[in-house]
Amino acid sequence: MTWYAFSGALEQGFVYGLMVLGVYITFRVLHFPDLTVDGSLPLGAAVASVCITNGWDPYLACVPAMLAGFVAGMVTGILNTKFKILHLLASILTMIALYSINIRIMGRPNMALLNQQSVLDPLFSLGLTQAVAGPLLFGVMAVVVVGLLVWFLNTEQGQAMRATGDNPQMITAQGVDTHKMIIAGVGLSNALVALAGALVAQSQGAADVNMGVGVIVAGLASVIVGETLFGARSIGRRIAAALLGSVIYRLAIALALSLKLGAFSFTPSDINLITAILVVLALVSPQLKQKVQARARS
Amino acid sequence: MKRLVALLLVLGALGSASVLHAKQFAISVTQIVEHPALDATRKGFEDRLKELGVDAKFTVHIAQGNIATANQIASQIQGEKPDLILAIATPTAQAVVQKIKNIPILATAVTDFVGAGLVKNMDKPGANVSGMTDLTPMDKHVALAKEFLPGLKTLGVMYNAGESNSVTLVNLLKAEAKKQGVAVEEATVVNSAGVMAAAKSLVGRCQAIYVPTDNTVVSALESVIKVAAESDLPIFSGDTDSVERGTMASLGFDYYGMGKQTGDMAKKILVDGVPVGDMPVEMLKELNLFINKKAAADFGVTVPEALLARASKIIE
Repeated sequence: MTWYAFSGALEQGFVYGLMVLGVYITFRVLHFPDLTVDGSLPLGAAVASVCITNGWDPYLACVPAMLAGFVAGMVTGILNTKFKILHLLASILTMIALYSINIRIMGRPNMALLNQQSVLDPLFSLGLTQAVAGPLLFGVMAVVVVGLLVWFLNTEQGQAMRATGDNPQMITAQGVDTHKMIIAGVGLSNALVALAGALVAQSQGAADVNMGVGVIVAGLASVIVGETLFGARSIGRRIAAALLGSVIYRLAIALALSLKLGAFSFTPSDINLITAILVVLALVSPQLKQKVQARARS
Repeated sequence: MKRLVALLLVLGALGSASVLHAKQFAISVTQIVEHPALDATRKGFEDRLKELGVDAKFTVHIAQGNIATANQIASQIQGEKPDLILAIATPTAQAVVQKIKNIPILATAVTDFVGAGLVKNMDKPGANVSGMTDLTPMDKHVALAKEFLPGLKTLGVMYNAGESNSVTLVNLLKAEAKKQGVAVEEATVVNSAGVMAAAKSLVGRCQAIYVPTDNTVVSALESVIKVAAESDLPIFSGDTDSVERGTMASLGFDYYGMGKQTGDMAKKILVDGVPVGDMPVEMLKELNLFINKKAAADFGVTVPEALLARASKIIE
């Protein structure tokens, strides 16, 4: 793997890591499988792109993007809690609605940002190259968000949110409105996903209505890979593991892209398969390790 | 003296040998998804360079339709440090143009270079990007449909509203059709699974269907052909590869030919040293008329003799 491919994987790992942190909140904290993500990622990209092409500061443009993501997540939460629609279905409904909404927002399916200001420009003006600036900026952002999330989940509200996922009966008895918790939690999650979308669009030079296709798969794979490789009991460590999982997942893809094995060569179309195999390996390796250790002991 | 002549001969031979064994160029290719038209573009590009005697090693990356992967491929290519990058289709072109500023990039099979932000000026791109547009000559396509079906009043069009190329094409189609007195009925699809339903929705709303160079619809073209044959709705396509798959006719858009013409541009950059920024974005020079007689019969259309005489390829 070349240095560029490595730094590109880091950049993607961190920037999509923000989305993975969002997925972590719904999937692991609230136990709410949320497919809104496939729509809220391009939503964040669309809103930020429209703001930026209208002359907004690229950092400022992330704020309405996050708000839009928050609202999208709230819609899913409301459909689920107030209208009793199954969580998966509720999120699919929001996701497909967002497809049309995103085209409306941009006025077209693909909005170029190639000659616009981006969040990376201040770093470029310091003389950093794309290969350094991308991982650095998005890495710092992701670490800050990890810190904020750990702090939040240890506050009283955050504890209530965790309990909503783990034991809704108990927490209802404690006088907490679980509906509010779910709506706020799914909203918060999608705000992070939309922030990731806003940054991805700036890093790749365009917002595209199809950029959300399959991101939920990447998100879940990252959460699970992170959990197996780095997870532990403390909430702080588990959240950091989700971010690291995202980096590992992107490194796995970069590895798959540069894989060449002598006479047998993979075709470019094998990359999805290779990625899946690498993720499976990451998943089963802790179990294999346990088995080997158990055998060594006996 | 003899020695001197011999030495000169040897040196001359060495010199010409080094010209013959010119440098092998490294070319990295990034393509959004595998489908016949885009694959044909790549094949045409590779074949043309071979014909021109340009020795090139290709590293091909395909993003499997995933934009995040396309972006990672851009980083990958930056590390490969090729002599030239070929980007096939809009999202992959945007990804490499954003990341890579110091390697010449040829984007091909891109409909709207300016709208996609790839170049500021079609005639003088400036930076490190040029290429070929697959913008369909829509005026000629509408005229062709009218030649086949003189009484044509309403033309149906199927496309994915999420593909920016297609939206550009359909806007162009509507403008040209209006000029030629034809109304346009739209049916949009979200993914290839919805193509058949969209085709059915056009039955009764139009007298013929036009399928632009839309990745989603073209990838599921067979289901459109099936519905159209059942309802006697002739189909015109934006590209000629689709005629071989069973649409009635198309004027010109041969992706293989486009790949070849892009290959000519690549040779100018690699061998002749022309700066890519000085090369205007090109359009396909040759337009060929493809007619599928068997499909026409299935759609209940008799092809006018005049058209058959003009066709460069007739599929029986």
